[in-house]
Amino acid sequence: MLGYIDKIREIAKGILEDKKIDMVIGFRQGSVPMMNEPCIIRHPDDVENLVWDSHCGINLANYLAGRTEKIGVIAKGCDSRNIVNHIIENKISREQLYIIGVPCKGMIDRHKLADMAAGEIVAVDESTDSVMIKGADFESTSPKDDVMQKNCLNCTHRNPVIYDILAADLVEEQTDTDRYVDVRQIEELSVEAKQRHFTDLFSACIRCYACRNACPLCYCPTCFVDESRPQWVGKGQDTIDIHTFHFLRAFHCAGRCTDCGACERACPVGINMRTLTKKLEKDCAELYNWEAGLTIDTRPPLDMFDVSDSNAFIK
Amino acid sequence: MEIIKIKKDHLATGLDALKKSYQLFGPVKKDSCHEFKRLEQDEQPDLNFTNTRLSPKALIYPQSETMFTYSLDENAEDAHILKEAVKTDVPKAVIGIRPCDADAFLLVKRNFDAPDYKDPYWLNAYAKTTLVGLACENPHKTCFCTTSGSGPFSEQGLDILLVDIGDDYLAKVLTDKGAALAKAAGWDTPADSDSATEDIECLKAAAEESISSSVDTDHLKELDTTALHQAPFWEDAAFACINCGTCTYLCPTCWCFDIQDETCGAKGTRMRNWDSCMFPLFTMHGTGHNPRGTKKQRVRQRFMHKLKYYVDKYENGTLCTGCGRCIRACPVNIDIRKICNQMNHYNPDTVEEPAS
Repeated sequence: MLGYIDKIREIAKGILEDKKIDMVIGFRQGSVPMMNEPCIIRHPDDVENLVWDSHCGINLANYLAGRTEKIGVIAKGCDSRNIVNHIIENKISREQLYIIGVPCKGMIDRHKLADMAAGEIVAVDESTDSVMIKGADFESTSPKDDVMQKNCLNCTHRNPVIYDILAADLVEEQTDTDRYVDVRQIEELSVEAKQRHFTDLFSACIRCYACRNACPLCYCPTCFVDESRPQWVGKGQDTIDIHTFHFLRAFHCAGRCTDCGACERACPVGINMRTLTKKLEKDCAELYNWEAGLTIDTRPPLDMFDVSDSNAFIK
Repeated sequence: MEIIKIKKDHLATGLDALKKSYQLFGPVKKDSCHEFKRLEQDEQPDLNFTNTRLSPKALIYPQSETMFTYSLDENAEDAHILKEAVKTDVPKAVIGIRPCDADAFLLVKRNFDAPDYKDPYWLNAYAKTTLVGLACENPHKTCFCTTSGSGPFSEQGLDILLVDIGDDYLAKVLTDKGAALAKAAGWDTPADSDSATEDIECLKAAAEESISSSVDTDHLKELDTTALHQAPFWEDAAFACINCGTCTYLCPTCWCFDIQDETCGAKGTRMRNWDSCMFPLFTMHGTGHNPRGTKKQRVRQRFMHKLKYYVDKYENGTLCTGCGRCIRACPVNIDIRKICNQMNHYNPDTVEEPAS
C-alpha cells in the first residue's frame, strides 16, 4: 500500500489538469504519528500533499454527502461501499464522482499500537507485513496483523466495489474468515448477562458523538438525539439515555453499515460499538442474504417493499 | 513556603489517613488509560502516568449536575417549588493532578467567578477541593504548556506540588489549604530547603527543556477580530472536522453547559450538562434559525473563543493550557497548535483570495 501514493498523485494531477473534476478529497500528512488528515486538493500543483499509508482509516465517503461539486475521491473497499450507499440514498450522484479506487490491506489501529508501546510513540515505519514503532527509549516491530483495526482483520471487501480508476492491482480478498465470532458470543449470553455486557461496554461514553459523526451513514440533518421540539432523549449521563443513543443509532444503520470501523476508530474512550452494528449486519446476511453497499442497483432490504415477501404481516 | 519530604512508602499511609476527613480522587489505570476517580478505602492512586485521557475538570464541574429538584404532585406541599439539590460538604482532595490541569481551573474560574455573576456550584466545589499536583517530568510530544502560560512544574492553582525525586517526593506546600492537608496526612518531615529548591529547579529546567512543541500567541491580541473571523484559512482548517464533541469534552478549559429539566412521574430534576460549541443544537434558536449553522462557523468559534475572544476579554493569555488532549484524541487530526499559529501570524494584507 505504501507504493500507491505516486500513482494516486499522478491520477489526481491528471483529473485536476483535465478539469474532469473540481477537487480531490484525500489525505494529507498528519501532525502526529498514526494520523492523517482528510483534505481537499483543488490545484494540480498541490497533489504532492496527498499521502497514503495504513493510517488512512477515516472513511472519506463521510465528506461527500450533499456536496455539489464534481469530486475525485480516494476510496478503499469500505469507502467505496459507503459511496454506493450514498448514491442509492441520493446523497451524491454517480456522475459527480471520479472514484480513485485503492485496494486495501488493512488500516492500523492507533489505539492498539499505542497500548502495545513501551512509551509514547514518536515515529511509525511500516513495511508490507510489519510495523515498527519508535519512542524516546524504545523500538519494536510487530506483524501488521497484530496491530490492524479489528474490522480490517476479517474484512471481506478490501477491493473497491465501484471505481473509475484503480491506483494499484486488486488484492486477494480474505475468504476464510469468520466475521461473527464476537456477535455469537454475545448472542449466547442470558438477558441479564447481555444487559451487564452492554452497560459495561458503554460505561465510559461521554456522549461526544464522535462515533456518529465519523459514520458516513449518519447524515441526518437533525439526529434523533438532537431533536429539541419535542426532545426525544435525555441529555445527561443517564445510562438509559446513553444506551438509547447507541442502540437506536445502530438500528438506523441496519442493512447499510459496511463495518468500515470509523465509529470505533473515532471514539476517544475506546468503546467497541461495532458489536451492535455487526449483529445487525449478521441478521441482514442471515435473513435477507444481504451485504451493504455492493451495488448501486439494489436498495437495502429494510428500505424496500416486495410483494413476494415471505412475511404475511407486511402484505 | 515550606518544602517537606515524603518517603514514597509514606505517601500511601498519609493518603489513608486523609480518607478520614477528605474524599480522595486520583489517577487510576483502567484498561489502557488513566482516569481520575474516587479512591476507595483500600485504593491508592497510580502516579506512574503522563496524563489522564479525560481532563479532571469533572471533579469540580461534573458532566451532569443536579441543580434543583421539584415535585409536580399537586397534593404535595412543595408542588412546583424548585429546591436546591443537596450537596456534600465533605472536603475533596485531588492527588496527582498535573500542573496544566490545575492551571486550567484558574482560567475557567474567570468565567464562573465573574464580577457580575458567581456560579455557586462551581465555586463551592472548587473552594472545598484541595489540589495536590504532581510535577510533570516526562511530557508528551503534543504538550505545549510552556508557551500557553503554564508549565510542567507550574504552581498556579495548586495547593501542593509534589516532585518525584526517586525514593522520595518533595512537597512544596503552596497554600493554607495545602498546609492543612499535609498536616492531616501526617507529612511533616521538612526537607533541607536550599538543596530541595535546587533539586526542584534542576528537574524543572530539564522538564521544560523536554517540551518539544510550542505555539505562537504574541500577535493574537493585536489582530483585528473581524479580519481574523473572515480569514480564508478557516475553510481548509474546518474541512476534516466531523463536529463531534471530543475536543471540547476532553478539554480542561471548555466550560459550556446546557440546562435541562427531566421529569420522571411527578418527580423532576433540573440539571446542567456539558454542552459543546461543535454541536448545531448549541446555538439553535427557538425560531429554528441557527446563527452557527455550518461546520466552518462552529470550528471557527471554538478556536476564536479560546485564542482570540478570551485573550481580548481577560487580557491574560489564551483559554488553553497546552495539555494537548484535543490533539491526541481528535479523530481527524485537527491540531490546535497549527491553527493557533495560523491565527497568530495571519495578515489580511498578504493573503490571497481563496480559490472558489
